[in-house]
Amino acid sequence: MEPFLDFHVIADNITYFMIGRYPNGPLGGFALTIWLAVVSCVLSLFGGLVLGLLSISRQRLIRIPVMVFINTVRGLPLLMVIFWMYFLLPLILGKTTPESETVIMGLTLFTSAYMSQIVRAGIEGIPKGQTEAALSTGLKPWQAMLYIVLPQGLRNMIPSFVNQFVSLIKDTSLAFIVGVSELTHVATQINNRTMAYPTEIFIFIAAVYFVICYAFTSLSRLLERKLAWNKSM
Amino acid sequence: MLNYHFDWSIITSGKYFEWLVSGVKVTLELSAISIVFAFVLGLLLAVLRMSQVKPVRYIALAYLEFFRNTPLLVQIFFWYFGSYKILPQAVNDWLNNTNFEFAAAVIALSIYTSAFIAEDIRSGILSIPKEQMEAARSAGFSYLRSMQYIILPQAVRITVPPLVNQFLNLAKNSSLAMTIGVAELTYQARQVESYTFKGFEAFGAATVVYLVISSSITFLVYQYDRRVLNPHKAA
Repeated sequence: MEPFLDFHVIADNITYFMIGRYPNGPLGGFALTIWLAVVSCVLSLFGGLVLGLLSISRQRLIRIPVMVFINTVRGLPLLMVIFWMYFLLPLILGKTTPESETVIMGLTLFTSAYMSQIVRAGIEGIPKGQTEAALSTGLKPWQAMLYIVLPQGLRNMIPSFVNQFVSLIKDTSLAFIVGVSELTHVATQINNRTMAYPTEIFIFIAAVYFVICYAFTSLSRLLERKLAWNKSM
Repeated sequence: MLNYHFDWSIITSGKYFEWLVSGVKVTLELSAISIVFAFVLGLLLAVLRMSQVKPVRYIALAYLEFFRNTPLLVQIFFWYFGSYKILPQAVNDWLNNTNFEFAAAVIALSIYTSAFIAEDIRSGILSIPKEQMEAARSAGFSYLRSMQYIILPQAVRITVPPLVNQFLNLAKNSSLAMTIGVAELTYQARQVESYTFKGFEAFGAATVVYLVISSSITFLVYQYDRRVLNPHKAA
């Protein structure tokens, strides 16, 4: 058995790892991983905001179904959510959906549920006095939420959002399961083709994921310190 | 709305029912075994992470950061496909003679989860006021005995809820083991779906099982919180 690792296989395939068959084919590899993560992140920011606000609604008929939905999604493995999407989307839309859209929908639904908890906690962390003061100046409840409470809450939520983005980058690897050619999928392809270098290939992509995720984890920690409200206020 | 014909009888008895039940068993088995290893490893890492010796502390930190910031799926593939080149021959021989898919999943899940558990344990210990340690030391306890009799018993109490939640995460994450052919719940649901085209029923059954697992764990944590951590609040 060859005892030393041979990273030639990485150098030989580096373009394929990074961008897939692009520009002669669809975008793939690391670039697609980032694309999936960014698109899902933007969509789940909206989803999380909407679900989070609905989950603290004073209307029971709104609050309870939304809470049930959020907790159901949070109780499931992401893989299960992706399979549901894979199975349900064609039924609902009446046509087949591209795999990458299925994955984006699955990731968005899943991450929105988690983001909604961040939004909820962020809003609940703002003292009640802020709402009361806003209402007493004549603002309507939705105005008080939109102009007074939410902007302050959002500031506190930013580090958690960044952490959630890190989870999303890691979660995009599950797109592999429905055949989307992101980084993990590309790695298994190269592994199947070259046969002899699984150790090198998986160490390499682990390192790629680590670099990007660690960068954002560090950013989140930095923001947490920078954005913390001055305690003397 | 949907052009879909429901047939729940398919999954409530017979072959497909048995597949799903065996899937539930494998999921629980995989999670139960992995959580034990993850806990032991996590405890060890938490201690190393707080060591007075700098290199030890940094090695533990590197381990934690690396395994927390890499996708679990990639870790599973690494252990399953790629670990043979870096493991000793004896370990490879042993692994090849066992159920290797299952073993690789246990290794990956334990190592991944241990990194999260270590942080939970560490923040539990750090949440005990410094004065407790100082008081214990000045009462004549050694560092280790202070940990054993004063700090840890208090830290364990408040670390229970996050640890139980890690078990829940682990049970959910164990679904990734299907990618290397471990026939756990998600795998079996997928199997049933592809044999019968009854996706609603197959995924519905698996969804219910996952929800039962997660809501019972959430309930346990809630009860623990109410009865053990905040008994004065329970009316």
